[in-house]
Amino acid sequence: MAHDTTLADAHGHDEHHESPVVFGFWVYLMTDCIIFGTLFGVFAVLHNQFAGGPSGKDLFEMSTLGLETALLLISSITYGFGMIAAHKGKVNPVILWLGVTFLLGLGFVGLEVSEFRGLIAEGNGPDRSAFLSAFFTLVSTHGLHVTCGLIWIVTLMVQLAGTTTIPERMMNKLTCLSLFWHFLDIVWICVFTYVYLASMI
Amino acid sequence: MLGRFSLADLPLDVPILVGTFVGVVIVGIAVLGLITYYGKWGYLWKEWLISVDHKRLAVMYIVLALVALFRGFADAIMMRTQLALAYAGNPGYLPPHHYDQVFSAHGTIMIFFLAMAFMTGLFNLVVPLQIGARDVAFPFLNNLSFWMTAVGFILVNVSLFIGEFSQCGWLAYPPLSETQFSPGVGVDYYIIALQIAGVGTLLTGVNFFVTIIKMRAPGMTMMKMPVFTWTAFCASILIMLAFPVLTVALALLGLDRYLGMHFFTNDGGGNQMLYLSLIWTWGHPEVYILILPAFGVFSEVVPTFSRKPLFGYSTMVYATCAILVLSLVVWLHHFFTMGAGANVNAFFGIATMIISIPTGVKLFNWLFTMYKGRVEFHATMYWAVGFMITFTIGGMTGVMMAIPAADFVLHNSLFLIAHFHNVIIGGVYFGYVCGMNFWFPKAFGFKLNEAWGKRAFWLWCVGFYFAFMPLYVLGFQGMTRRLNHYDNPDWHPWLLVAEVGAVMILLGIVCQLMQLYVSVRDRNLPENIDVTGDPWNARSLEWSTSSPPPVYNFAIVPHVHELDAYFHDKENGIDTRRAGSSYAPIHMPKNTSAGLWCGLFSLILGFALVWYIWWAVVIGLVGLVATVILRSADKDIDYYIPAEEVARIENEHSRKLMAQAAE
Repeated sequence: MAHDTTLADAHGHDEHHESPVVFGFWVYLMTDCIIFGTLFGVFAVLHNQFAGGPSGKDLFEMSTLGLETALLLISSITYGFGMIAAHKGKVNPVILWLGVTFLLGLGFVGLEVSEFRGLIAEGNGPDRSAFLSAFFTLVSTHGLHVTCGLIWIVTLMVQLAGTTTIPERMMNKLTCLSLFWHFLDIVWICVFTYVYLASMI
Repeated sequence: MLGRFSLADLPLDVPILVGTFVGVVIVGIAVLGLITYYGKWGYLWKEWLISVDHKRLAVMYIVLALVALFRGFADAIMMRTQLALAYAGNPGYLPPHHYDQVFSAHGTIMIFFLAMAFMTGLFNLVVPLQIGARDVAFPFLNNLSFWMTAVGFILVNVSLFIGEFSQCGWLAYPPLSETQFSPGVGVDYYIIALQIAGVGTLLTGVNFFVTIIKMRAPGMTMMKMPVFTWTAFCASILIMLAFPVLTVALALLGLDRYLGMHFFTNDGGGNQMLYLSLIWTWGHPEVYILILPAFGVFSEVVPTFSRKPLFGYSTMVYATCAILVLSLVVWLHHFFTMGAGANVNAFFGIATMIISIPTGVKLFNWLFTMYKGRVEFHATMYWAVGFMITFTIGGMTGVMMAIPAADFVLHNSLFLIAHFHNVIIGGVYFGYVCGMNFWFPKAFGFKLNEAWGKRAFWLWCVGFYFAFMPLYVLGFQGMTRRLNHYDNPDWHPWLLVAEVGAVMILLGIVCQLMQLYVSVRDRNLPENIDVTGDPWNARSLEWSTSSPPPVYNFAIVPHVHELDAYFHDKENGIDTRRAGSSYAPIHMPKNTSAGLWCGLFSLILGFALVWYIWWAVVIGLVGLVATVILRSADKDIDYYIPAEEVARIENEHSRKLMAQAAE
């Protein structure tokens, strides 16, 4: 999150290197993508190891799921509005849109936590079967990423508060968070289709 | 309050550990006392521990690697001694509970903390200089990576005296590593130490990938990059592809142990074959992560000391890239016997054999570089030639094991142990030591002593053959790995020979220490001091700056016209430094203690997780997040070196160069 001290701009004006922060963060995200890919692979291997317990058909509810998905997708749009404002150099709208994105993301995490609590209360926690272990791990890895994103949003809101301009370093941070947030959206679409929909069909 | 820790977890009943602990405490107090006596704490803190300078981090990485070598080798010679003794009813001196920890720690330490740390140290020392950059792309992350690696190593060593280490081998296969069979803290130490160190390695991979993509000097196209940089580039890609999978494999094993999940358990639908597949999806690329930079070292050393350009530069690059791709599709050869079926085994067997083709290309390239060259048998060339012979033998036994039918006989036998030590000692270790001898003057400004270097080489090389050739024979005789004692009289003489080999390697390590001591003692002798920055008449850009280089590496970023940029400039009478030009102020990153604090909180977090001390887990976690957030708000992260200061340093170096030339 604080990967900002870079040397490329240090090369000064004669060398014209662009800042590698955004590129570096994108590369890092691709390694994160491999983590998710591996977890999807694990889920694929274990998705029918119910050990006598319930299957996805018995557990998942479409209504909460639809709401969760809607919240997360809309939050990507609101973040996009924030970035448009940032490119125009308007600080207060950026803070506002970050706040809206935060609330939507918080709603998503809240719904996910309550879904998990319900499952665990019914005795269908991650220790019930290999299927549920894989399910909980994959979905909560995504949820944990969203939670990190929320902390990051608050951090940037605090750092922006009271300033009037958006210097290059802050722009890089906003762009990295933007990449992160949209990336989580894409991962969620894969979770939604492959974990939830495919289990319910 | 202290989770599941109790005084009974201190191994007070094991005299070897108590003795080691006393020794470590005495040495520790002596070191701390000396630092205090000479008043060096401020220097140590400011110039080293919080430094973001890649050259300083390189030295710290290599020191870490050498400490890991001593620890890992102590484990090795203990095992060899146990097997030399524990024959025909004699139980030896290491009971199975202790012995199993020793072999698990040996493998873990040698791979993760000797080899990986040494490799990262060489990357740090060489890559930015070779591409004409002033540092890596993310200097703070570089410091953070070091501390993460160091904390992993500290945790492994803490397990020696507080609790126990894993007894499940260096890859902790389930179900043995599950709570059901390993209820102690050993596997938890293993998982958490590797996760923390893994963060460091992953960030190193990202850092060097971005550095090489984005920060090359003007004119240095990809096909004008030195081969060491190419291998660092490919190894970084492999790190980024493979280490996330290790993270997942260890995390899932941890979830099984901490939260009672069922990924790899015997019950609840768990699947142990999944763990094997995941861990080797990381593990096979990992061995190429280690060996590719060693290939890179030889590709720099052999041309320099043969006084010829590298033979077949482009084929060397293509071979490196081919190995990168192939290393991702061979992992199943580590478990042919698992029963994936004949067709699957055949695919992975053939893929494995194909890797020997690009590797062979490289070997012939080095040989043809030497052919008709004016070869100077410097100590670094000893390691290079020793590598070519030893590694070839190791490669051939590897191809033997790639035949699934043969593997069914040799699987998990000492033949396998001999094979991978043959490639890792004869390839990786020889390569890194060769690189250390080669680039040492660049880091410190004086050369390593050659006589002691050659002694170290002969003892290591001959010792290797004594220690491991018997293991090939023992493998054919049916001796399996990880045995604590045995009663087969045919095995005993071979194990005695192997013990002799281990003692020779011990003497080799002593010679390496002597080499360091003598070199430091004689550092100011005229034949040792490196005034020009180019002691070997070498070829790439790192030799164009002074030894040790100024903090900014290059006052004026060099322009690259040809492969072997510095050699090209020397031949054409171009001054790569462009001394005497007008200098501009240089923008540099400031040192920061944030990486050190992240490491400290990770240490608290890791130790607390191992022992279930939940309040300390919270402290570690909150501290870690808070440090990162505070660092991100820190605006005071860079500074400018004034042009006059740059001019002063550069003129000083020019003056020394002229004085040298006048002599």
